[in-house]
Amino acid sequence: MSTTTTDTMPSAHADHQTSLGLSNLKLGMWTFLGSECLFFGAFISTHLIYIGNFGNSPEIRQSNLFDIPFTSVSTFILLMSSLAMVLALAAIQQGNMRSFRIWILATALMGAVFMSGQVYEFTVFYAEGMRLETSPFTSSFFVLTGFHGFHVFFGIMMLVGLWAASLVGKLTPSKAEMVEYIGLYWHFVDIVWIVLFTVVYLIPAE
Amino acid sequence: MTAIAHKPSPGTAPGGSVFRRPTAERGWKSWFTTVDHKKIGIMYYLTSLFFFLVGGIEALLIRTQLATPGAEVLTADQYDQVFTMHGLTMIFFAVIPLGTAFFNYLLPLQLGARDVAFPRMNALSYWVFLFAGLFIYSSLLFDGMPDSGWFGYAPLSIIGSDPSGFTLFGTETTRMAFYSLGLQIAGIASIASSVNLIVTILNMRAPGMTLMRMPIFAWLTLVTSFLLLFAVPIIGVALWELMFDVAFGASFFRPSAGGDPLVWQHLFWLFGHPEVYVIIMPAFGIVSEVIPTFARKPLFGYAAMVFASITIAFMGFGVWAHHMFTVGMGPVATSAFALSTMFIAVPTGVKIFNWMGTLWGGQLRFTTAMLFAIGMVAMFTIGGLSGVTHALVPHNTQQHDTYYVVAHFHYVMFGGSVFGLFAGSYYWYPKVTGRLLKEGLGKIHFWLIFIGFNLTFGPMHILGLAGMPRRQYTYPDDMGWNVWNMMESVGSFILAIGVLVFLANLVISHRGPQDAGHDPWDARTLEWLTTSPPAPFNWTVVPKVSSRDEAWTRKYGHDEAKPQGVSAGASPEARAEELARVGYDPGGSGEGIHMPSPSYWPLVLAAGLPIMAYGVIFTGPLRIVLLAVGFLVLLTGMFGWALEPTTDDGQDHHEMTAAGAH
Repeated sequence: MSTTTTDTMPSAHADHQTSLGLSNLKLGMWTFLGSECLFFGAFISTHLIYIGNFGNSPEIRQSNLFDIPFTSVSTFILLMSSLAMVLALAAIQQGNMRSFRIWILATALMGAVFMSGQVYEFTVFYAEGMRLETSPFTSSFFVLTGFHGFHVFFGIMMLVGLWAASLVGKLTPSKAEMVEYIGLYWHFVDIVWIVLFTVVYLIPAE
Repeated sequence: MTAIAHKPSPGTAPGGSVFRRPTAERGWKSWFTTVDHKKIGIMYYLTSLFFFLVGGIEALLIRTQLATPGAEVLTADQYDQVFTMHGLTMIFFAVIPLGTAFFNYLLPLQLGARDVAFPRMNALSYWVFLFAGLFIYSSLLFDGMPDSGWFGYAPLSIIGSDPSGFTLFGTETTRMAFYSLGLQIAGIASIASSVNLIVTILNMRAPGMTLMRMPIFAWLTLVTSFLLLFAVPIIGVALWELMFDVAFGASFFRPSAGGDPLVWQHLFWLFGHPEVYVIIMPAFGIVSEVIPTFARKPLFGYAAMVFASITIAFMGFGVWAHHMFTVGMGPVATSAFALSTMFIAVPTGVKIFNWMGTLWGGQLRFTTAMLFAIGMVAMFTIGGLSGVTHALVPHNTQQHDTYYVVAHFHYVMFGGSVFGLFAGSYYWYPKVTGRLLKEGLGKIHFWLIFIGFNLTFGPMHILGLAGMPRRQYTYPDDMGWNVWNMMESVGSFILAIGVLVFLANLVISHRGPQDAGHDPWDARTLEWLTTSPPAPFNWTVVPKVSSRDEAWTRKYGHDEAKPQGVSAGASPEARAEELARVGYDPGGSGEGIHMPSPSYWPLVLAAGLPIMAYGVIFTGPLRIVLLAVGFLVLLTGMFGWALEPTTDDGQDHHEMTAAGAH
């Protein structure tokens, strides 16, 4: 990078000389997550309004459907994936790529287990006659938890992408910040699930 | 381009020829792959102008239909489509993106940056916005355009297929599926661009430019971007819910299944009211730049202006239910929102007094830009005052759904935003093109618009008070409304002629020589220190900033009373010498400056979204196919984006060379 203007130039991408001393990508990720808070906030508001609104099918309700022990286990697995994410970041920051690959795959795997749990749960509910159109409660339940599931799916794709990039040598310890950004997203999705699990599953509707 | 740009650097993984980055910087191809914020800004401007004309034609159709009682220019069904699309087009595809066009072009120049924080994401925002507009208008080929108003109130929006005549492709979903999906896509563009602008403002200021030294326009951009960032996801949720209702039979807003249409209204206006400030803030920013320049005074009460904007943004999220006083929320909620609505007028009033304080005692120059800026302050004040009357609940109940409301928000959105955007067009046209817009045509443009505007929207106050309901396709003969309606329709055509004069001015002025120079207005802020038009890299040397009105301080020093500046009548040589002393950008080849490489992945990624949206419109196997194809295109775009080789190790840029620069 021969350049005559390095000292005066805040270039379009030089992360090390920004006004706030924070890289653009990190600031961008935090900004985006701020927007996501409103996204889930609005969905959760809708759900709180419809939490006891069973339309014409009063038998399709939380107490007849939810299997709290099952969902607790899948919640626990998702939370543990955040721990694995932290360990993956620590590993790549210390330059331990083997350990990084193990933990990043473990994170993705736990995310996948959580998603499978959600798919299984949806299948069971469907079999019990719960449909998207049954009532405002069911519409809100499927769409809200479905969008969270989509966020988890997107996160898994990025985690596997990180793993693949480290295999072909595109992700090296010098780019550990990339793992940090995706980690921010992953932790955010986990925190949202803590709120969802409380609001959707644990708060009694009646 | 030279070999420097193409030479694969050591450490760059071979990406294969598919992922080779495009290199064209001139010619038509370059517009499809550009990541230059200036080119994207121009594309935003021209596209929004196109949609502005489309929305304007729809407005003329409305006014032609309403010119006389009992007219049959449009059927009731067509009228519903046209007034809905007029609102949608003007708000989402004309006025807001026109603001974005100014943000895009000016922000890096005002901040002393070479580009925005995420240049490829900037291109993505543009393409997504364009496809959203095209998608929503493609509804013409199907069942007809959305027809439940831009507010899309349920349950009208979810009642099912509409009566319609000719269709090219039959579908089983309603017109409002286009509404929910088209706006959803436009929302993605808004969020991407607001993230981009926020990071650019916070992180990419020139050395010495503290937040309180930023040009006021940059502050207003920051506030607007935060408003969009927090408001768009809320309508995103409402639109998803509407989409599931319309296309998949969900029960969110379906009263027959227990759904509550009021949930839509709350979500919509919780977005919709901040949206109003998104529409007006860019105009505030433009006017706050134009008035100081043509009054030759610094902006009066800069800090008050900044904090008033932030206050408006905060309070803007707490006034939404004044759109809903007639739905029966109960006295407590109604009183609370009435109070908050009155309070939000206070910071807005602060701004108006600041502009008056800036004008007071200034050496005023009535250029076209200044005329539009002063016109904006006056017209916006009228719109603001009629807005405060909506805080009075009994009055609000009386005027609800009458033309009084239409008059109010056109005084805010046209008299405020569009006047401001016209002011900005005249003010910055020389920066963008190196040419001045013709002042003579400009004055004609201003007076046509000013007279036409007041003739069109002024009588609507009276019609509203006389009880004429909005959204009705015609009215009876004996109501005493005929004269006012005819006057409005005549006014709207004067307005249209004004817009044509503006278009003519754009074209005619563009044919002239590039003789505007660096700083034709003797302006105050940083963007006037670089060349007009700026080189792709903006700055040969990024300026160091030491004051709020950097360009002005360099020209005249800190002592306003003792100008020591560039003499306007000097010989070109003497003037060039003085310009160099002031620190104007000397221009040059930009040799060695690293700029982001063009990329076609933003276009590919954006193209996936409308394909998926058509998947939702159709049913059966075609739905699955379109969704899958769209998702694959999206995925290809993402992977291409991520795997695209960089032309310099680990960096997203290439070197500017003499051939690539001017």
